[in-house]
Amino acid sequence: MPPKVDLNKCDGCQAQDEPLCEQVCPGNLMTLGENAKAYCRELRDCWDCMSCTKVCPKGAIDTRVPYQLGYHGASLTPMMGTNSVTWTCVDLNGNVERFRVKTRGRYGE
Amino acid sequence: MAYQPPKDPQEIPVEEVSCGLLIIGGGNAGCFAAVEARKLSPEMDIVIMEKAHISRSGATAAGMDAINTYIPPGKTPEDLVRWSRSQVGGGPIREDLALTNAQELNQAVDDLEDWGLPIVRDDEGNIKYRGGWDISIRGEALKPIMAEKAIETGARVYNRVVATNLLMDGEKCVGAMGFGLRDGKFYVFRAKATIVATGGACGLYKSYTADSTTSHHQTWMCPFNVGTGYAMGIRQGAEMTSMEQRWVATRTKDFCGPVDTISVGYRSAMINGRGEKILEKHYAHLGGDKAPRYIRANAPMDEWLAGRGPTFVDTTHLSDEEAKELKIDYLCERPSFVLFLASRNHDVTKEPIEIYGSDPYIVGGHTQSGYWVDVERMTTIPGLFAAGETAGGNPNKFVGGCAAEGKLATRGALKYMQAVTLPPLDQARMKAQIEAEKARVFSPLMKGAEFDGVSPVEMEERMQRLMDEYAGGTSQFYRTNEERLDYALRHLAMLKSQIGLLHAGDLHGLMLAHEVIDRLDVAEVLCHHLKHRRETRWPGWQTRSDFPEADPALDCFVETVRDPLTGEIKSFTRPYEQVVPGDRFKPTLDGKF
Repeated sequence: MPPKVDLNKCDGCQAQDEPLCEQVCPGNLMTLGENAKAYCRELRDCWDCMSCTKVCPKGAIDTRVPYQLGYHGASLTPMMGTNSVTWTCVDLNGNVERFRVKTRGRYGE
Repeated sequence: MAYQPPKDPQEIPVEEVSCGLLIIGGGNAGCFAAVEARKLSPEMDIVIMEKAHISRSGATAAGMDAINTYIPPGKTPEDLVRWSRSQVGGGPIREDLALTNAQELNQAVDDLEDWGLPIVRDDEGNIKYRGGWDISIRGEALKPIMAEKAIETGARVYNRVVATNLLMDGEKCVGAMGFGLRDGKFYVFRAKATIVATGGACGLYKSYTADSTTSHHQTWMCPFNVGTGYAMGIRQGAEMTSMEQRWVATRTKDFCGPVDTISVGYRSAMINGRGEKILEKHYAHLGGDKAPRYIRANAPMDEWLAGRGPTFVDTTHLSDEEAKELKIDYLCERPSFVLFLASRNHDVTKEPIEIYGSDPYIVGGHTQSGYWVDVERMTTIPGLFAAGETAGGNPNKFVGGCAAEGKLATRGALKYMQAVTLPPLDQARMKAQIEAEKARVFSPLMKGAEFDGVSPVEMEERMQRLMDEYAGGTSQFYRTNEERLDYALRHLAMLKSQIGLLHAGDLHGLMLAHEVIDRLDVAEVLCHHLKHRRETRWPGWQTRSDFPEADPALDCFVETVRDPLTGEIKSFTRPYEQVVPGDRFKPTLDGKF
């Protein structure tokens, strides 16, 4: 499920040695292009773990389902908080579902 | 600027690092190994070698929605061993390992909660069980939580360093070698003791979604775990156990995601195309929905084979609220499954979720393939310890058990290293070893632009289709036989004879080249294990169509050792020893499922 980078939003994490998506990708797939924007060097090799999508400070990386497996137009967007993540999922009909999920700290507190 | 590969090995910078404890792989077991080392030894010099970045590497990169084993009040470590043994059809399992692991298990899970992992609790604050042994977590941040604790130990973490071989002093392991994925350096780590915790092997077999999709890696196991930890030991003559007990699991179809989340967590039965409950109808005598894991994994594929597919887990009884909870579980482990459902407008309360068999994996934290280790978790190579997916003989470890084993391996390693003195790296024989490895490692980068060779992807795809069709992959409903295994071994030998043709244009390509080299070594050993077990003991995990029944004479462990000089692989057996009393085929003392 390859990541798609919005070139208008990606700023290459400015002057950092490596953009955050490149730092975290477990498959070493995200890297900077000559245009100083991030891209996935081999779409077929992505595991769809969404680590890049979660870590991007600009919200520039969208995780896509390959068309051979799922139809075009759905989205799943994380908004990372300190101890929780809020996910927004939109299906093909535009139905929106939102989920707030705890990520750290004792459950129920 | 485009990457310029080195033209001469002399150009490649070498970085030598000496330490007390070297941990190869900063994952679940590796992080716990580091924390335990610091706890036991404030002075210990700990180094972690990590192929990716420790914050989001390996199998738990996307998160986790459950810890599959946590001993509930009223049950004992022995009870857990009985359950684990029954899940693999009575074993044989290494009960000495299983029991020592079970005794450490709950503390390791408690550590995780203390470190900030949310474990789901009921209104009274009690841990909520999903099934008999498994508990739900909100594990989106499981990996960064473990990584932070490992970093807090003061361990030196070398991110983006790809391990390629062990550093040997005669018969002893004294560290490891590898290359830097970012800096292009050759690394030599010299250590008094080494723990290999690199995870399992994915991608030996073709995934059924791999054809003509942009999703070659639509696999359940992390595709970046390629079996390097096994391969490094195999090449030095380490004894491997039970490699034939492959992990094949029922997974959601077209998106290879977990199914226990749905079937156990939401009591959703597996059904076939006719709407029949598969386990209740055909496997009631083996426990029905609580049948051993390999039965549950193989059953849906047998339905397809019998012409009764497709197969589903029936979620149509779920309320909207339960469906939302189900999606939250996935968001914690494989969030993109929720996107997959949305991309098909799939309402799980109206339509069941389709399931299918996964591609086979070698994962000693789930089934029991891996290094033969002693109770201190030392492999047959002195100085080399194994933990997590790499350590064999003890299935059903999962997250908690791999964490516990990381601690146990560290304790073993610390005891061992008291008597060790390290050879200086400038000694002639060490130098020769290091130079030879450096030349081997960088060879695919130094072929030149005009070289007419083989790309790592070409070789990987050839191997994956070979293994799928001849060594019991998904397309063959996991079945193989003597002739097919011989065919697989012949072609694996041909692939290995062409390793010298692999070429890479950059360091990422170099990593891919070594990944396929490592996978070939693991695949070859796996075929020898499958050949030795001339019976069918765990249908699906290990199915021999030429020997469809279990043979009592093979109620033992199948082992292999590869001769480091000749490359010849010898297989043999080791006896099973029952440590925990009770009927091996039943999960409880009273015989109830």
